[in-house]
Amino acid sequence: MMISNGIEDEEKWLAEGMAGIQHNAFYLHRALDSNNLREALKYSALLLSELRTSRLSPHKYYELYMRAFDELRRLEMFFKDENRHGCSVVDLYELVQHAGNILPRLYLLCTVGSVYIKSKEAPAKDVLKDLVEMCRGVQHPIRGLFLRSYLAQISRDELPDIASEYESEGDTFMDAVEFVLQNFAEMNKLWVRMQHQGPLREREKLDKERNELRDLVGKNLHVLSQIEGVDLEIYRDTVLPRVLEQVVNCKDELAQYYLMDCIIQVFPDEYHLQTLETLLGACPQLQSAVDIKTVLSRLMERLSNYAASSPEVLPEFLQVEAFTKLSNAIGKVIEAQVDMPIVGAITLYVSLLTFTLHVHPDRLDYVDQVLGECVKKLSGKAKLQDSRVTKQVVALLSAPLEKYNDIVTALTLSNYPRVMDHLDAATNKVMAMVIIQSIMKNNTCVSTSDKVEVLFELIKGLIKDIEGTSTDELDEEDFKEEQNSVARLMHMLYNDDPEEMLKIINTVWKHIMAGGPKRLPFTVPPLVFSTLKLVRRLQVQDGDVAGEEVPATPKKIFQILNQIIEALSVVPSPELALRLYLQCAEAANDCDLEPVAYEFFTQAFVLYEEEVADSKAQVTAIHLIIGTLQRMNVFGIENRDTLTHKATGYSAKLLKKPDQCRAVYACSHLFWVDDQDGIKDGERVLLCLKRSLRIANAAQQMVNVTRGSSGPVTLFVEILNKYLYFFEKGSPQITGAAIQGLIELIKTEMQSDSTTSNPASDAFFASTLRYIRFQKQKGGVMGEKYDPIKL
Amino acid sequence: MNYIIGAFKPACHISITFFDGKSRKQVPSKKENGQTLMVPLFQSQENIVGKISIEPVSGKKVEHNGIKVELLGQIEMYFDKGNFYDFTSLVRELDIPGELYEQKTYPFEFSSVEMPYETYNGVNVRLRYVLKVTINRGYAGSIVEYQDFVVRNYTPPPSINNSIKMEVGIEDCLHIEFEYNKSKYHLKDVIIGKIYFLLVRIKLKNMDLEIRRRESTGSGANTHVETETLAKFELMDGAPVRGESIPIRLFLSPYELTPTYQNINNKFSVKYYLNLVLVDEEDRRYFKQQEITMLRLAETS
Repeated sequence: MMISNGIEDEEKWLAEGMAGIQHNAFYLHRALDSNNLREALKYSALLLSELRTSRLSPHKYYELYMRAFDELRRLEMFFKDENRHGCSVVDLYELVQHAGNILPRLYLLCTVGSVYIKSKEAPAKDVLKDLVEMCRGVQHPIRGLFLRSYLAQISRDELPDIASEYESEGDTFMDAVEFVLQNFAEMNKLWVRMQHQGPLREREKLDKERNELRDLVGKNLHVLSQIEGVDLEIYRDTVLPRVLEQVVNCKDELAQYYLMDCIIQVFPDEYHLQTLETLLGACPQLQSAVDIKTVLSRLMERLSNYAASSPEVLPEFLQVEAFTKLSNAIGKVIEAQVDMPIVGAITLYVSLLTFTLHVHPDRLDYVDQVLGECVKKLSGKAKLQDSRVTKQVVALLSAPLEKYNDIVTALTLSNYPRVMDHLDAATNKVMAMVIIQSIMKNNTCVSTSDKVEVLFELIKGLIKDIEGTSTDELDEEDFKEEQNSVARLMHMLYNDDPEEMLKIINTVWKHIMAGGPKRLPFTVPPLVFSTLKLVRRLQVQDGDVAGEEVPATPKKIFQILNQIIEALSVVPSPELALRLYLQCAEAANDCDLEPVAYEFFTQAFVLYEEEVADSKAQVTAIHLIIGTLQRMNVFGIENRDTLTHKATGYSAKLLKKPDQCRAVYACSHLFWVDDQDGIKDGERVLLCLKRSLRIANAAQQMVNVTRGSSGPVTLFVEILNKYLYFFEKGSPQITGAAIQGLIELIKTEMQSDSTTSNPASDAFFASTLRYIRFQKQKGGVMGEKYDPIKL
Repeated sequence: MNYIIGAFKPACHISITFFDGKSRKQVPSKKENGQTLMVPLFQSQENIVGKISIEPVSGKKVEHNGIKVELLGQIEMYFDKGNFYDFTSLVRELDIPGELYEQKTYPFEFSSVEMPYETYNGVNVRLRYVLKVTINRGYAGSIVEYQDFVVRNYTPPPSINNSIKMEVGIEDCLHIEFEYNKSKYHLKDVIIGKIYFLLVRIKLKNMDLEIRRRESTGSGANTHVETETLAKFELMDGAPVRGESIPIRLFLSPYELTPTYQNINNKFSVKYYLNLVLVDEEDRRYFKQQEITMLRLAETS
């Protein structure tokens, strides 16, 4: 039952203190109303005695202090009016010192002191000096801090500053500076001393309490910054060294951190810039537990913003060699703080980098230097596992990208990839993605093979498997996305000069070859297309450059292409390779390179024969082959025959009848190229169509046998459409009668009992008929042609 | 002796006035009954001049065997109450034996009176100066009237006045160095000084400066010492650390101090001490006492 609740007790004590003040304030007011100086002094001293308590936390003490502060304002008004108390201010200054207790005595002394200065009966500096000296009597941290904060508060308006009314011959702003500095020093000592009071287990509570009080100390620095007389020179020669002396000597981490930050935030940027050396010189002297990195980061952040604020200030930065100084300082800090975690060091470098990018955007060597320092710090360490460190490294690497919007710049930084090497695989990938995204976003063109080389070195996490990482964990979707990004990236690697472009292609190829079967399907196509683009460009550019020594001839490029596509065989991905071969063949066709095109077709057919096993894939492949072959015009008769023969042959050998049927009628186009001088072999067209009809019939019967009902007539309708096409194109072998016959056939089939009606094919047929009718009605040449067909 | 007078109204009224009574400075003096009244102030070697007026109660004659006025300097020890020791006794005969019928005024003068000691009201001893008028009446008992006055003597500022500087301490616990700017202070003086903490290994709570008065009476085996603390002035609040220096500024004017009295007429001495007291968190007190000499300077005003 004796255990009392600390917080409740504190509330009670505060209430008691408040009541005490209230009580004495009543008598004080009465004394003031009757202009009774003696009584006023007596009750104000009693009132102030409430502040002698040691039982309150800073927070509660502050409440009490504020209450007393209000009363002191009244008292000050009274002191100011000599008529009311009939005592000269000099006498008053002595009189209040008769109080036996020191705390009330000093509060009263400060109050009269302020009146004394206002009266100008004594030089402000003397009074201020006396006050700040006398306040030494209070050594209790909390009480002392509040007392001195009271002193700072009431003297604020009376500091002899430039152009202030308290400035005179003997009173200069230097006295004000001196006064504030001294008060600051004493307050800081008191504040630091709090740390050593009370048992260790209450450390946390103490820290919290101290934090509550820190602004009382920091306020002095703010006052200093407000003194107009403090120009750069004074700041550099007096204010800063003195403040730093306190900061360094107090050997208290909390204070050092707060005050350094305070200095940085309170004084103007140009001062910092001009005193960088001094300010930075203090950093390695701080306690090792001080979070210097945040301090320095803030400083650099401020300077960065300052540099960004207007271009006129930039010369200042150069003049003071801000970068070198900061860089050296960071080096020293890292050296001095042996146990600083690596994340701290990296954070510092990130800040420095940001600073450099803002202030010296043109100095890439600086950026590289920072990265180099980072590498040095990271070297000898294992791959980074700490997520915070990786985060910082990513920030470090992203900063130049964001700033320059141009990866090319980053590529010239020799240390960039070295930093990346220290990332773990996952982060490395993330970073690589960032790089790629940056390129895509800014539409940056990477235009030399050297840069491409560096770039691929950077993003190698995406390009190949990194040793020691198991691929099992990879998320399939992520992987796809990554590889797609790489694919997109390849289109950004471009140079107008074919030779250089070829080099780029070679470089890329070299890198992607290392990617293994999982990546190749993603990376080969874009490379192939990129290369084909080059081929086409060459072809447009000059047909007549025949110099053998020119490396970038289409022929050579096609050789490379061949090799590239061959690489897919390890995957294996025959369908993809087949498509690519066909693309190449088409390109070769456009370049008038018959043997090359033939070779590509051969490759495609070989693939078809040996690798494409799936029937569906075969169907797709054969259609692709037919389509491509149809567009070829480079082949001589012999080659062409060979290829078409092959194609037709394969078509007829497809597994399913409908597929056969469709492939065969598609083959008909191989013999009829609707060009000026394209092949027009109506005979063989008809042959194909008839063959497909036969197959369609067979298919129909097969269905009949197996299911007992005929399949849809779709195939017939499709063939009918082919007939109509060639009919219109004027193939002599396709006659109206044949069409007529086919229509009849379809009709019969549809009416047959065993045929299951299919709305789709019915509609297809109906619209085909509608088309014929339309052509008939339209008249003209086509109408006449159609005329014999009866529906 | 005076019981008859006590039973009746006094036969006459005696008033003693000083020649310069209106202009002379008056100071408060505490009577035995605790009342304070204003009495004139003199110093040694002054002429004490005045007149004594005796007025018989209306219509009555006063027979006497002579009238005299005495100037007495007395020391009274409280353990020996009522027993005065006169160190100064001067007499002026005012009238030969005869009868008084009406008011009569007698001038008197004591020239250049030697009054080496100051009026003092201590704990165990009192030193006073008094004018005593006696109307000798034989069988009817004498009629006596007293008039107190205060004597204060002034000393010139001392030609040598060293500061008090001392280093004291408890080994490995507390070492301080203190300095008071003078060793001799006048009554309206200010003690200026500082305390410098050389070593602090105990948790101090506060520090006071006390002014103590040591009054010793009697002599030899009968010496009686009484010490009073006249001032308790807080110099420091909280615990200092090594290297801290605390200022002292103590105005003496608010306190009722006297000069230092050294062996006054072999009866008593009054000495003053500054006592520096440090109190730790367990309320243990550490102190160092230093004697200071108090003196009275001539007031310039």
